[in-house]
Amino acid sequence: MSIEFTSSEMMCVTAARALTNGMTCFVGIGLPSEAANLARLTHAPDVILIYESGTLQTKPDILPLSIGDGELCESALTTVSVPEMFRYWLQGGHISVGFLGTAQIDRYANLNTTLIGDYREPKVRLPGGGGAPEIATNAKEVLITVKHSKRTFVKDVDFVTTVGFGRDGKARDNVPNIGRGPTVVITDLCILKPDPVTSLHPNVTRDQVIEATGWDIRFAEQLDTTPEPGARELEVLRDLKARTNAHHASTQTSQQ
Amino acid sequence: MAEVLSLQEAVSRHISNGDIVAMEGFTHLIPFAAGHEIIRQKKRDLTLIRMTPDLIYDQMIGAGCARKLIFSWGGNPGVGSLHRLRDAVEKGWPNKLEILEHSHAAMACAYEAGAAGLPLAVLRGYIGSDLPKVNDQIKFIECPFSGERLAAVPSIRPDVAVIHAQRADRKGNVLVEGIVGIQKEVVLAANRSIVTVEEIVDDLGASVNACVIPAWAITAIAEAPKGAKPSYALGYYDRDNAFYKEWDLIARDRDSFQAWLQDNVFARVSEHAPETGAQ
Repeated sequence: MSIEFTSSEMMCVTAARALTNGMTCFVGIGLPSEAANLARLTHAPDVILIYESGTLQTKPDILPLSIGDGELCESALTTVSVPEMFRYWLQGGHISVGFLGTAQIDRYANLNTTLIGDYREPKVRLPGGGGAPEIATNAKEVLITVKHSKRTFVKDVDFVTTVGFGRDGKARDNVPNIGRGPTVVITDLCILKPDPVTSLHPNVTRDQVIEATGWDIRFAEQLDTTPEPGARELEVLRDLKARTNAHHASTQTSQQ
Repeated sequence: MAEVLSLQEAVSRHISNGDIVAMEGFTHLIPFAAGHEIIRQKKRDLTLIRMTPDLIYDQMIGAGCARKLIFSWGGNPGVGSLHRLRDAVEKGWPNKLEILEHSHAAMACAYEAGAAGLPLAVLRGYIGSDLPKVNDQIKFIECPFSGERLAAVPSIRPDVAVIHAQRADRKGNVLVEGIVGIQKEVVLAANRSIVTVEEIVDDLGASVNACVIPAWAITAIAEAPKGAKPSYALGYYDRDNAFYKEWDLIARDRDSFQAWLQDNVFARVSEHAPETGAQ
């Protein structure tokens, strides 16, 4: 018996399922944070979540709005300084999975969160790199979750903020002491193991994916259908989002 | 040795036009009260350094305090853009703003190198990124022992560091708790430092391994209760997430931003110190 769900819920549940107990996951804010906490609250209670603000092994009850909300610190095993986080825990090799979102992604899974257009005269200025450039190379592998659209899935990103496999697909070749890079990209339409699509979400067609992608996307010979979200996954996700929305809306504005 | 001053006096005495100023606090303990005092005193041509410019630099940039910004993530966390920062970069309002951008890892290492008195920081970073093409302060060096190619950035040595913390004792020793970010590093990396605190108490109540910055490593301390709002101070008040969302609308438009600045910064001169006017 199938339950109704949105494409965003499909994406989040699928992304959550990519995480398992025992992984140490460096979590980006937004979609990755939502999926990582869903994993922790369902099938992977022992997944270790780490945020760049220094919060190590954190178990937030509500999703943080920022990377350094008090909830992250208060529910963490311990909180370390930001240099320690990047140097010892990330660069030191303790992170199995970096979990990132992005504004643009290209056929070699390079990520752009810097700008649209030319660097000196941007059409749209985006926030920039943050932790991502080093998460992507120092974590043993990288998961990416992002909504599928032609604006986002471009043949070549305007700016490589964070390397996937480089402009020629070979940027990681022969570079010592770095991770494997992006292994899975999970969208609201499908799963890619860059770049072939390996699984289509229920009721999604190849044409929809082709239409939403800015390059000639390939499909794996063995193309699966992604399993639907389960009732418990949806219930936990909806509760988590409701708690989060109620919390962030209720914080009083203080500047009056 | 830390001198306890009013916030007005601390800013007036230790921050000058043209200074390189780093105001830190990684989402937590952002020194907003000090930022507002800098705006009120109409400091100009500052080089502002901060990993996440956040609302505090959006306000200072919009108020015309900055000439240059060095940063690594310039968004409104969980909300979207910093509109005053974008207006300055894209349209030069209220003045042109030069930017130099890094990754978080590089800036964290650069602060740490500054605190350690080194000229540069070395990290396994920026591999395959375009950032080195647009930031000439990012170089690559070869490890003399292993031959590995590593990124190098200059250490950060600001003229002035500004941070906010929970408490100082009467001697001027400061306790920072919770997300400690790069606060200790920036104070030690800078020539001068201003620390605002929620309160000055008899006893810090610090555990043996707590993050305590000794009075003799700080230049000035100013009491500024709620001085990190709308960010937060663990143990004192929560992050005002609703205001972070509201800021998106206030800052989107130059007029509504200026009206907000007038009502919430310039009209509040007397809150932490007597008015002596702009410099």
